[in-house]
Amino acid sequence: MRPDTLPNALPRPAGEREQLERLWRRPTGWRAITVVNNNYVGLLYIGTAMLFFLLAGILALLMRTQLAVPDNDLIGHALYNQLFTMHGTVMMFLFAVPAVEAMAVLLLPNMLGARDLPFPRLSSYAYWAYAIGGLVFFCSIFVGLAPDGGWFMYPPLTSTAYSPAINADLWLLGIGFIEISAIAGAIELAVGILRTRAPGMSLDKLPIFAWIMLAFSGMVIIAFPAVIVATALLELERAFGMPFFIADKGGDPLLWQHLFWLFGHPEVYIIFLPAAGMVSMIVPAMAGRPLVGYRAVVMAVVATSFLSFGLWVHHMFASGIPQLSLSFASAASMAVSIPTGIQIFAWIATIAAAPRLRPVKTPLLFILGFFFIFVLGGLTGVMVAVIPFDWQAHDTYFIVAHLHYVLVGGMVFPLFAAFYYWMPFVSRRALSERLGRWAFWLMFIGFNLGFFPMHLTGLAGMPRRVYTYADSYGWGALNLASTIGAYIIAAGVLVFLVDLARNFRPSVAHNAGNVWRAGTLEWLPAGVAGPRSVPWVGSREPLWDQPGLAADVDAGRYYLPGALTGERTTLVTSAIEARPQYVLRLPGPGWPPVLAALGTAGFFLLLTVKLMVPAALFGVLAIAMILRWLWDADPAPTHAPVDVGGGWRLPVFCTGSGSHSWWAMVMLIMVCGSIFSALLFAYFFLWTVAPRGWPAADALVALPVPLSGAALLVFSSVLVWAGGRGLQHGRQGWVRIGLPLGCLMLAAAVGLEAAAQWRTGLRPPDSAYAAAVYAVIGLQALLVAALGFMGLFTAARSWAGRLAADRRACFDNTALLWHYTVVQGLLGTCVLHGFPRWVG
Amino acid sequence: MWADRQSALHPRGDQAGFSAEAGWAMVLGGAGIFVLVMLLLALALYGPQRWRRHLYARGWLIGAGVVFPVAVLSALLVYSLGLAAAMQRNDAPAAVRIEVMGEMWWWRVRYLDEHGQALFETANEIRLPVDQPVDLLLASHNVVHSFWVPNLAGKRDMVPGHVNRLRVRARETGSLRGQCAEYCGAQHANMMLDVQVLSAAEFQAWMRAQRRPAAPAQDGQARLLQGRQVFMQACARCHTVRGTAAAGTQGPDLTHVGSRPSLAAGVLPNNAGTLAGWIAGSQHIKPGNGMPAFKHLSGEQLRAVARYLESLQ
Repeated sequence: MRPDTLPNALPRPAGEREQLERLWRRPTGWRAITVVNNNYVGLLYIGTAMLFFLLAGILALLMRTQLAVPDNDLIGHALYNQLFTMHGTVMMFLFAVPAVEAMAVLLLPNMLGARDLPFPRLSSYAYWAYAIGGLVFFCSIFVGLAPDGGWFMYPPLTSTAYSPAINADLWLLGIGFIEISAIAGAIELAVGILRTRAPGMSLDKLPIFAWIMLAFSGMVIIAFPAVIVATALLELERAFGMPFFIADKGGDPLLWQHLFWLFGHPEVYIIFLPAAGMVSMIVPAMAGRPLVGYRAVVMAVVATSFLSFGLWVHHMFASGIPQLSLSFASAASMAVSIPTGIQIFAWIATIAAAPRLRPVKTPLLFILGFFFIFVLGGLTGVMVAVIPFDWQAHDTYFIVAHLHYVLVGGMVFPLFAAFYYWMPFVSRRALSERLGRWAFWLMFIGFNLGFFPMHLTGLAGMPRRVYTYADSYGWGALNLASTIGAYIIAAGVLVFLVDLARNFRPSVAHNAGNVWRAGTLEWLPAGVAGPRSVPWVGSREPLWDQPGLAADVDAGRYYLPGALTGERTTLVTSAIEARPQYVLRLPGPGWPPVLAALGTAGFFLLLTVKLMVPAALFGVLAIAMILRWLWDADPAPTHAPVDVGGGWRLPVFCTGSGSHSWWAMVMLIMVCGSIFSALLFAYFFLWTVAPRGWPAADALVALPVPLSGAALLVFSSVLVWAGGRGLQHGRQGWVRIGLPLGCLMLAAAVGLEAAAQWRTGLRPPDSAYAAAVYAVIGLQALLVAALGFMGLFTAARSWAGRLAADRRACFDNTALLWHYTVVQGLLGTCVLHGFPRWVG
Repeated sequence: MWADRQSALHPRGDQAGFSAEAGWAMVLGGAGIFVLVMLLLALALYGPQRWRRHLYARGWLIGAGVVFPVAVLSALLVYSLGLAAAMQRNDAPAAVRIEVMGEMWWWRVRYLDEHGQALFETANEIRLPVDQPVDLLLASHNVVHSFWVPNLAGKRDMVPGHVNRLRVRARETGSLRGQCAEYCGAQHANMMLDVQVLSAAEFQAWMRAQRRPAAPAQDGQARLLQGRQVFMQACARCHTVRGTAAAGTQGPDLTHVGSRPSLAAGVLPNNAGTLAGWIAGSQHIKPGNGMPAFKHLSGEQLRAVARYLESLQ
């Protein structure tokens, strides 16, 4: 399919480039915050993530100051416990995950040859929700309301009995909704990687970073729902007394630990893998040679993302669960180091094969530091996978050392390498080599001085999360060394900030360019609209293998050289072969995503402080703004197919399973499926803990109730199916009547179920069983409520003439979620009514 | 020796010995692998071309990246699971069974007879006979704690709703320290435990002494009588002294408090002065703990009650 001649002829029409740049320009003045372009949002996103890195770093310095000497009374227990809780929480949820997502938002479209991500307003929404929510969340520490239950928030310490104040609620609601923002970002990135690649960039030519972000998205979609369910259950316990974790009522604190680490361990790889992806981009560019073992590295990444879900139990080796589970987790924890080893040897091989590498530039210097630190962290990781050793090391400073070797070595050092490497992509000037070396050596020496002694401190008996220790234990000297090291790291970060102030001159349109002579597409000449034209890609490093590519792309000789519909557009290609399929029209800047983010953040934060009426107002604002923004989505197919060059005439719309939005909906359904699975896990787990809490058959709701509920569900699906059939033939009647009617049926089914359970005398606070039953019903009700909005919204679009046989993405996506909800409802009914009868 | 009272590096029990053995084996092996990888990296960067060539040969990635780690890790897995199984094995019946409950932020300790009935209760200290298998039954009625005496054994969590059993066997006599290892709230940092490993005879003598109720204060010991009177008014609602009317269960059992090595779960040494200081300044010494500071007691009363408690040997 390689084009024989360049797709578009010269000269290009006058004003074509200017029109492109005008359309993609960032709004000015106070409307600047309504920007949706991935490059501007990406930069803001990274800047905010780095702000949280600095803030959480300052918290760490405070802690190190307190621990510098024994018996210190500088910081009391109340503040110290907030400090370590916030340090962990902010680093994990507000720095690490957002930082790698932000790098992807910034880099991926250019790397893939797209003009933007497929859902620009979603990027803006995800960013603002995170920025507003995160900043307010952080400020809680200034008023002493910051969470103090540890970043892992183990109940019962975080249950109402032992944490009656709102600190814990702030964590549960604040972090809970920031996870939603992370999931939104992951879905967008996955759809972008799968569907907006340059023509010819089949999956085997995908840059490693993009492969990894695909794996990342998959892991976020599966893992984050577990912690969302955990936080929801704990918040339900705190707010309504539903005893999921209270042993006296049949709950179990271990349920939280399972759910939390089911998320928490993949989380480590969610953070590490993208950083490894950056290394896999930077090493070949510095070496001037493609990555050795590309296929092996891709397989290793995929293997890691699967294995990472099998080893959460290694955080619970000391909790007293059966030896068999421990052994399995131990084996999986060791196995996961093998794919990581493959990546390390692939990088060493690439370095060995380098025709040009010296002098070692700053990005590579940070990567060499990463090797040193991360390999050590990996080896201590194998040590703590060994159960007899972990029983000693667990929850001591040995683990503090290990996790920082893995996360700072595995994520922060590559991220700084990435800052030095990609700075010329977003700035008029590269950063300084001289300051970069200073920053590196300070951070590297400070890190090892600070964290290496902690291995010893831990084995010499110092537990984690202690605000003070007695002189007599003999840990003073080691702790002082750690504190000095921490301040040296801070000095290194300070040098980096000076470098930024002196040399970072943000510019999307006039960047410093390909100073490293790298081979991937983000180094094409680019403006606000990304590359002038979308190249055809025939290799993994097209800039090395396709001579003249940069000049031809910039001259507009490749695909989509201008704004063919007079709007922002990008190419949508097929998922595996990257064959062009249609031209996606993208929205420009607007207020709804920003206001919707404000509404969402305000809703959750005000809910924390129990201001119900203002919270409700913010919630209404969020929903109204989301509906407003979706009203303009799926625009009418106003244009005939357009010529993108090379004789390709592509449609400007798409329906059905080819549509990018359909793919996003499928991923959203995967998220819903994960949430439901995690909840069912909780249900069955609680049954294994206290099977006697499950009622006998005669105490259950009589069978006619669930059967009629199931009939309602199935019938509503039939109505939706009929609506789709009608739409295909241009008839709107089924949609206008059927969808509202179907909504009523869904609501009736879930209402019937809840009422029937209530009439048996079952109340949510009674027992873990009762709580689990109402949680399953509650999740169904939540989906039904969302479908209520979507169904009525779709019907309204039909009345407004915004729904047609060739403009039906809104209907198709609603129908997809609808059928999923019906399936989930039927499964839930089977579990709630079938399981107790089966075991009873 | 440096830092050896609460240290996994100085095993004084079977379990800790196994853990240390695994630890040292892996430290040596890990150091070797680390040096090797760094040498390879240096070679890749600065080595002569004829050596570097081998590093990017196809077989290398498979050999170093797959075959070598699979071999090493398989051996490690077999070794470590065998070790873990050996550590869990309990062929001999326990000579002593002790129930330890995590409180906020101290340890409630009950020595049990063969039927699981409590022989006596004490707090913040455990004494064990040397060379005898001892079962610790670990539980909590509040939040999650973790029992950790690193010289004896690895840690085991105390989870509400569960009872975890930890088998230990001390190899030599001496005094050790333990500490809560799972974050449990405000004073997690100050939840320590004294452990004394005794000879069989000393242990039996101690058990006999502990089972006895407190010796009544004799007439003529006016100070002690006054102290007991203050105690009954101010302290008895939360503390038990067997042999008296004091039967509170919220705080530690104080029947033989005078014989314990430390106060407030390892925060203070134990003598009449620190006892008085603790009673008057408990919230200053260990902020947030469950015991109110008895600031209204006069110096005279404080000294009296401290003397009384000290006398509870």
